[in-house]
Amino acid sequence: MPKAESSVFARWRASGARLIQRHPVARYLTLKVGRAVFVIWATFTATFVLLYVFPADPVDLLVDPAAVGQVRGELREQLAATYGFDKPPLEQYLDRLGHALTGDFGNSVTSGKPVGHAIAETLPHTLVLAALALGAALLIAFALAVGATATRRPWLRNFLTSLPSAAVSIPSFMVAILLLQVFAFTFGWFPAFGDQGWRTMVLPVATLALPVSGPIAQLLIRSFEAELGASYIATSRAKGATRTRILTGDVFRNASLPALTIAGIVFGNLIAGSVITETVFSRQGVGRLTQTAISSLDVPLVQGVVVLVAAAFAAINLAVDLLYPLLDPRIRVSLAQGSAPAGASA
Amino acid sequence: MTVIAPPAAPSFAADAVRSARHTLGVVLRQPALVLAWLIVAIAVGWAVAPGLFTSLSPYDGNPDAIFTPPTWEHPFGADRLGRDLFARAVYGAGTTLSATLVAVAIAFIFGTIIGLAAGYFGRFADTAIMRLVDVLLAVPGLLLAMVMVSVLGYSTRNVAIAVGIASIAGFARVMRAEVIEVMAQDYIRAADALGVSRARAVLRHVLPNSLNSVIALAALEVGSAILAVASLGFLGYGAPPPEPEWGLLVAEGRDYLGTYPWIAIMPALSLAAVVISAHRISVSLRKERRS
Repeated sequence: MPKAESSVFARWRASGARLIQRHPVARYLTLKVGRAVFVIWATFTATFVLLYVFPADPVDLLVDPAAVGQVRGELREQLAATYGFDKPPLEQYLDRLGHALTGDFGNSVTSGKPVGHAIAETLPHTLVLAALALGAALLIAFALAVGATATRRPWLRNFLTSLPSAAVSIPSFMVAILLLQVFAFTFGWFPAFGDQGWRTMVLPVATLALPVSGPIAQLLIRSFEAELGASYIATSRAKGATRTRILTGDVFRNASLPALTIAGIVFGNLIAGSVITETVFSRQGVGRLTQTAISSLDVPLVQGVVVLVAAAFAAINLAVDLLYPLLDPRIRVSLAQGSAPAGASA
Repeated sequence: MTVIAPPAAPSFAADAVRSARHTLGVVLRQPALVLAWLIVAIAVGWAVAPGLFTSLSPYDGNPDAIFTPPTWEHPFGADRLGRDLFARAVYGAGTTLSATLVAVAIAFIFGTIIGLAAGYFGRFADTAIMRLVDVLLAVPGLLLAMVMVSVLGYSTRNVAIAVGIASIAGFARVMRAEVIEVMAQDYIRAADALGVSRARAVLRHVLPNSLNSVIALAALEVGSAILAVASLGFLGYGAPPPEPEWGLLVAEGRDYLGTYPWIAIMPALSLAAVVISAHRISVSLRKERRS
């Protein structure tokens, strides 16, 4: 009964619309989830255009550049048919989009494995590296911020606050090379390459942690300073709390929350950093996989990685947007009143 | 030491002394900032007139100088072909810095136009434009630039274009926020009431008044763009090997780290010095603008 079905659908849609209109929280959720989904879809579409439509002949991209001249005639047609390049772009697009929705991005051109498998094989290596680096970066950033806020010596504070921007300005490949030179070649404390054992992790983790810690430390120092000037600190102090107690008890908790807003940026830094780190230290991982996929123009693999990264970025920002109101009572109040929350969108 | 100007005639000389003292004061108070300007000036000098800084060729090797460590003759040492690394760094400045300039110009121009359109037209145009900017932000700049270069073809020019496109989003966001703030000002409404055409209002009032923070961002972006260009060069997406590009110079020295470390470290240090200086200068510019 199509009529009944459509009326049920209409009623469901109307009630959905009413829910979204009446409940600010539902509206907030729909808006944020919709944005995340849009970002992922648009990234897929943009990479499709860039990688499959934009190149004059995508078959050329599949073949080793030195051997392009030898691939002609039947072989070329056969290749085009295997990858679906002989169909009109729109049909290819819908076909690939449909498969991508089920997690199928096609097969890697160089290894022949499904893109999902190729990524899943290397992902654990990068996750361990990134998690350790993030932990180290957070430690460095908090130590810097607490140090800069707690010290009473102006020169020390100036020095500590200038460190994060230096960390952002130093190229990660240079950090890697200096660390290798000093700790692997001069002192011989850690091996230069390979991925066995914790000793091979030390230098890569340090390389990745340094640029990641910069933005976090900058944000923490700023928000620590802002929180220290807040009136509740004066109250605490008037009630006899010590400087240390104020820093660890009040400031630390309240000022750490804004750090969540740059989670997306931190993630991006970790990804870009892992490309360089894994290449320099010849480690297995998604970063190195990305680098080799792009330099050999393994189109399905490149698209898979880029869409995955964008999806992870969108998911992280969505999680922050949804968590933030739960953690910060001020935003919860403004949400309940129906006004747009400030500061929660990264 | 005190210089007393004759009280009767506050002459030109006295002014000169005062401004010289002011300059000296600045140098003494902010030695790091002065050093930063000096480093950037030298790097620009290398890029504009490399012949003034070195008489050696960046391409021709001297067989007697193979793997020479840094000396007076070869301040940065020499590489596996006996090429002088100082000459290669000096000539490489032109490649790296001009690519940076192009990248920042692309990001600045397109970002400003996009942000202006989003902020000025508002509503649907704003939503549509900013959601597209979200997409640019969702993929890390380095990754985006790598993909674009591999599709466009490996060259320094394409690296510059890719880095520029990857940095548009930041400019668009800042410009949009600024335009929205300016549009709420009374003088824009006054212009509207006086019958000033929309196009004229945008070009004469909105644009000039919103440019300030985008220009500050451009200064900041110079450092990040040098980093991005050099990183792509290091990964092999830029100029092909005989060219002296900074990132490529570091990559070429990578294999000799254990034995001849200066080949990678000297160019890497010059690169880091320029990026840190550019960053330091942009921070000071931002502070001046605020005060």
